[in-house]
Parts: sequence; structure tokens; C-alpha cells
Amino acid sequence: MSVEIGLLYSRIRRDEKLLLSELRDRGHDVQKIDVRDTMFGVGAAGGEGFNADDTENETSDAGDDTEEATDAMSALAGCDVVLDRCLATSRSVYTTRFAEAYDVPVVNDPATARVCADKVETSLALTAAGVPTPETRVAFDTESALAAVESFGYPCVLKPVVGSWGRLMAKLEGRAAAEAVLEHKATLGHYEHKVFYVQQFVAKPGRDLRVLVCGTEPVAAMSRSGDHWLTNAKRGAETAAFELDDHAAELATAAAEAVGGGLLGVDLMEVGAAEDADAADSDADAADADTETESRYTVHEVNHTVEFKALNDAVDRDVPATVVDWLEATHGAETDDTSGTDDTEQVIAE
Amino acid sequence: MTETDCVECGGTVALHDDSEVGEIVDCETCGVELELLEAEPPVLDRAPELEEDWGE
Repeated sequence: MSVEIGLLYSRIRRDEKLLLSELRDRGHDVQKIDVRDTMFGVGAAGGEGFNADDTENETSDAGDDTEEATDAMSALAGCDVVLDRCLATSRSVYTTRFAEAYDVPVVNDPATARVCADKVETSLALTAAGVPTPETRVAFDTESALAAVESFGYPCVLKPVVGSWGRLMAKLEGRAAAEAVLEHKATLGHYEHKVFYVQQFVAKPGRDLRVLVCGTEPVAAMSRSGDHWLTNAKRGAETAAFELDDHAAELATAAAEAVGGGLLGVDLMEVGAAEDADAADSDADAADADTETESRYTVHEVNHTVEFKALNDAVDRDVPATVVDWLEATHGAETDDTSGTDDTEQVIAE
Repeated sequence: MTETDCVECGGTVALHDDSEVGEIVDCETCGVELELLEAEPPVLDRAPELEEDWGE
């Protein structure tokens, strides 16, 4: 039985093409919904009293220059499940919420999207769940933010509360740089830049780890290595398959559970080896590093519209097939097609 | 493979048969990023600039 799947998007990346191809190959009906061309009604505006066809007719009569938009409720109504692949976080957070309001199952859940979209929320959720995550302090004024920075010492990290691909991340090496960056952030305009998210610098061993989780199960992992302190794949880090040990897999599961589960990218850093190496260089640092993480890993991010093309290139596992396997399993779809993977027990071995 | 014109420089842009509406293609002549707005016949426009909240 095929399933009608709505795919919310604003840009078709290679990730979306991989998913679309896998879904279509299995006979599922896919409805692409460009959220830029869509309006999401609230209450009667999006309910039974709203007639998108009438609107289209009216706008057509008004002339070719009149903008038209698809009614989201109508577009989503026939979908068995909606997959949020919005490139923009703001759109992702709102559109998943609308899907929920329209009683259409959505991946990921809007509550998960909200937690993952905001680093403060993510940190709070991880900490509440007992998942090791870098020590973080949040301030709302440049002076208190500077105090937070100084409380960590240098280097420490200043991150935007909303953002991706390593953009606007600052590794602060000293007070003068901290003062300058804080001043610049305060003038950027948007209120989110006045939420100062200050975090301990984790001396990772030149790489971090990306774990793809379906539901709460880790299904594939890769390392992302580079000389830069930021090792995002988007910034050109080298990727390679990574074999998760039991502890890392448990943390990935715990992190996913902490944000509500779903199709997620959990990012971890290894903390043990680098701290040992640093200890030899700095007795003072070693004294301060009370290894608040007995864990050998710390979880620094959970992504709710996870990109996986680099992961798919790095691991043997067919990642889009695995994702669609999970979608079918969680949304009651059964197909006659046998092209799906059957290796969910091999997750950790890759 | 389908060919169409770049809206920026007029150069030829080749589109793969599996191109999707919403996909971004690069013009190999001028380097501009183009978004495929319609598949058949192909309609291209300049791709949106990077937004602050883009990402994963």
C-alpha cells in the first residue's frame, strides 16, 4: 500500500532528491509543497470556511500580477504524513506546528523542532535528561555576557541561539576579542543576537561525530575532521564512516529522546583524548578540568532537519532507504516493493 | 539532458533529466546559482540569497 507523503521544502538539496527518489521508487505518492508559495490559515481562514479555489479564481480575475498562494490545509489534507525538509529554521518551526494543527502527522514533531531549533532549548533539554553537553551560560546584556565569558576563561565559544553550518560562531581567545564580538552582536539588529549563548570550549581531537537517528535508534554515523576548530561538513570537513561504540550509541539515543525523538542528527564530540593531551601542556587547565563529563563524549547539537548526503557518501549503508524504512514502519505503510533495507540490526557496526 | 539559458549571462545551462523543481543549479559560464522554477519547459531564476536561519 502506498502512502501519500507531503514534503515541505523551500529548496531541493541532494538530500531531498535522495529521499524523493527512494519514496517514488517504492511507489509512494509524494506531494512537494513549496512553503514559499503556500499560506497557512488559522481557524476559519484555514478551515472548512476557506475555499482556496475561490481565492485562486478571484486572484486570476484580478490580473496576472496578483500573487497566488496554495492553501496549506488543502494541500496537506490528503497526506498520510508530512515530512518537513524546510531549509529555513523559522519555516520549519511554524509549518510543522501548522501540520499538527491540521491533524496531519508530521516528521519531525513541532515540539521537537522547537527544541532543536534553539540552542538554549536544546541545552536545557539535554541537561534535564542527563545527557552530557558542554557547560553553557546564557546572558542578555553585553556586560553580563562578558562576565559569562570571563567565568569560562579563554578560549570559550559564543554561538548564535539559532543558526547552522557553523555560521556566526566565535571562538574567543581573549578579552579584547570578546568585547569586540559582543559589541558587534549587540548591533546586528535581531533580538536573537542579544541572547548571548556562551559555552566552554571543548578541545576535541580534530573531529566531531554526526549520528543519524531514526526515532531514537542510531542508524549511521560519521566523523567530520578538519584543521579548523569548526568541523561542519558544510565548511569542508573531511567525512568518514565512524563505528559507534555502545556508549556513543546510548548517548545518541538519549539525546534523541531528550528532544522528543524523530529523524535527527545528533552531534557529539570526543572529550577524553584531547583533554589528556591538553593536560600535559597546561597544569592550570588540567586543574580546572574536573572532567565534569565522566563520559567520553559530549553532545553539542541535535538537528531536526538533518542533512545526510555527506553521511550517505561516507557509510556503506543506504541512508535514504533506511530513512524511508523508518517512515514506513512508523506511519503504517506497507509496500509490495522489496527494495527497502533490512539491516536495522547492523546499525552500530557501520 | 535539457538545455536552457542562464537568466544572468545568457549562457547555456544543462539540466539533468531528474532535475526537480526547487533544485539549485550553477551556471558554468558565470557561476550564478539558479533555481529551477518550472520543469517543462524549464524556467530558471536567480536563487535566493543565503538567509540567516538556513541550515539543518
